[in-house]
Amino acid sequence: MASLKRRAKRIALYGAVAAFCFFAASPFLFMLITMFRQDRDLYRVGKNSLFFKLPPTLDNLRLLFFDTNYTTYLQNSFFIGVLVVVITLIIAIPAAYSLARLTGRWGEQAGILVFLVYLVPPTLLFIPLFQVVVKLGLNNTLWSLVLVYPTITIPFCTWLLMGFFKSIPRDLEEQAMVDGYSRIMAFLRVVMPLSLSGVIAVVVFTFALTLHEFIYALTFVSASDQRTISVGVPTELIRGDVFFWQSLLAAAVIVAIPVAIVYSFFLDRLVAGFTGGAVKG
Amino acid sequence: MSVLGLRGGVRVQLRYLLDREGLLGPLMLLPAIIYILALVGFPLVLAIAYSLSDVTAGDTSLDNFVGLDNFRGIIKRPEFRRALQNTILFVVVSQVLIIVLATTLAQILSQDFRGKAVVRFLIILPWAAPIALGTIAWLWLLDSEFSPIDLILRELHLLGPAGLLGRDAILGTDTNLVWLGRERLTMASVIMVHVWRLLPLSTVILLAALTTIPRDVLDQAEVDGAGFWRTLFQIKIPLILPIMGIAILFGMILTAGDMAVVFNLTRGGPVYYTQVLPTWSFFIGIEGGSLAQGAAVALFLLPLLLVVTILVLRLARRSEVT
Repeated sequence: MASLKRRAKRIALYGAVAAFCFFAASPFLFMLITMFRQDRDLYRVGKNSLFFKLPPTLDNLRLLFFDTNYTTYLQNSFFIGVLVVVITLIIAIPAAYSLARLTGRWGEQAGILVFLVYLVPPTLLFIPLFQVVVKLGLNNTLWSLVLVYPTITIPFCTWLLMGFFKSIPRDLEEQAMVDGYSRIMAFLRVVMPLSLSGVIAVVVFTFALTLHEFIYALTFVSASDQRTISVGVPTELIRGDVFFWQSLLAAAVIVAIPVAIVYSFFLDRLVAGFTGGAVKG
Repeated sequence: MSVLGLRGGVRVQLRYLLDREGLLGPLMLLPAIIYILALVGFPLVLAIAYSLSDVTAGDTSLDNFVGLDNFRGIIKRPEFRRALQNTILFVVVSQVLIIVLATTLAQILSQDFRGKAVVRFLIILPWAAPIALGTIAWLWLLDSEFSPIDLILRELHLLGPAGLLGRDAILGTDTNLVWLGRERLTMASVIMVHVWRLLPLSTVILLAALTTIPRDVLDQAEVDGAGFWRTLFQIKIPLILPIMGIAILFGMILTAGDMAVVFNLTRGGPVYYTQVLPTWSFFIGIEGGSLAQGAAVALFLLPLLLVVTILVLRLARRSEVT
């Protein structure tokens, strides 16, 4: 009896796991299948099917890569991502170290304030920021996004890095300073090498955040050749009522899956940041 | 000579300054503070100034103070009431669904079973993928004519002319549900995409919280004969409540402040059935060019935000104490 009950529990567990996986991942599965289907296969009114009835084709990918601005969006997003990562690291690393070590109680309060800035949604700021961008003459260029994205990434990354720096024993730096290093040298030579994994996590999140961002990219940039992947694909590849469904889905999934794979490796650190260190992942 | 001497002096002074930690600390923090003040603080003030003026995309001077006229005008419009209702409805319903599902899923994932790493990856996908691109998948899944969801429902005889056992199909005899064309279904679709997108985040946060519960507490509960539900509601949930609170508050901000889902899925339509404050603010302020009113609409999010922020701070403090 006991083993029967246990087996029933086991089956229920696997059933629930399968149901959740289907809910989360099936949209991507449909994208992966649909992107290789021919028009004649996909659009059969009243007789459409979930899977291939005709052989797969690469025509949709060809259309996407050669007849649309897709590769331009990819380049733009990459360019913006790299620059924002650099800016974020240059500003967030010293700030985080300062909050972790040099500013004492006062720094703790400031650290919480920095985190609160992360809670301000872009929806509240996009209209005035648009005017700032216009005044600076950056509207319709991807430089506007390079300028503005660090407002999202700096607070979050400062908060994350602060956690890493705090987890490194103070004694190590103090020993180095007794040995004649200045504070800055101790930081660069002792703390930074130990924080490398944290810095890599920050690089990943910063890059991912720039890829995810939608509202600023939609508002500041309307020139097609300056658009990012998140905005270019849904606004430019949908032309009026004509949907190039297979190419559209391909455009989305080609970016979504690699980003998701890299992102998932660093998820635990992200969670630690979100819960304000209340949970050490 | 004097120039060189001056330079040397500056260098010595600089070195002296950098060795004083009382100065070095603020100095290292300064760039971040300047960035945030210039591009978050200033725009926030500007948003409030805009909402009290009559600026448009054509005339951006702030010289015309109109008091609360924008807010008064907006409140009178039926679209506003709908957008406010929708925003609250979407936030509340999706958060309730997310927290129930995430607690369930976190419970499941805290057990041992084969293929857990793969399962974890699949579950995380919707959060890790850029949301504007994820929404495109749903646009296809909910297509008015070729929707794969409708197709599956037809195969199950829950929809379409071929019902079960001679009766009409439960979901209607039309071949398609037209998810994004009907008032309630469209709203349900928006909520579904929000749930889909945020479930991974809440789950992972709750999972991390569950793993902090000491093993002996759970063992003791088992010895005392507490069943599954009792353990869940009287031991696990009370222990992870502060972190659950943080997960809920983050979810609320991410849903209330999001416009990628609604913009890409429905553009606020049909009519304004799924319009929310962020999308309406965009349509009025950017597409319509009325910066003042657009800013005013977005500012209606501020009270919600303040309440959430205060709650986050309290919870964070409490979870530090325990």
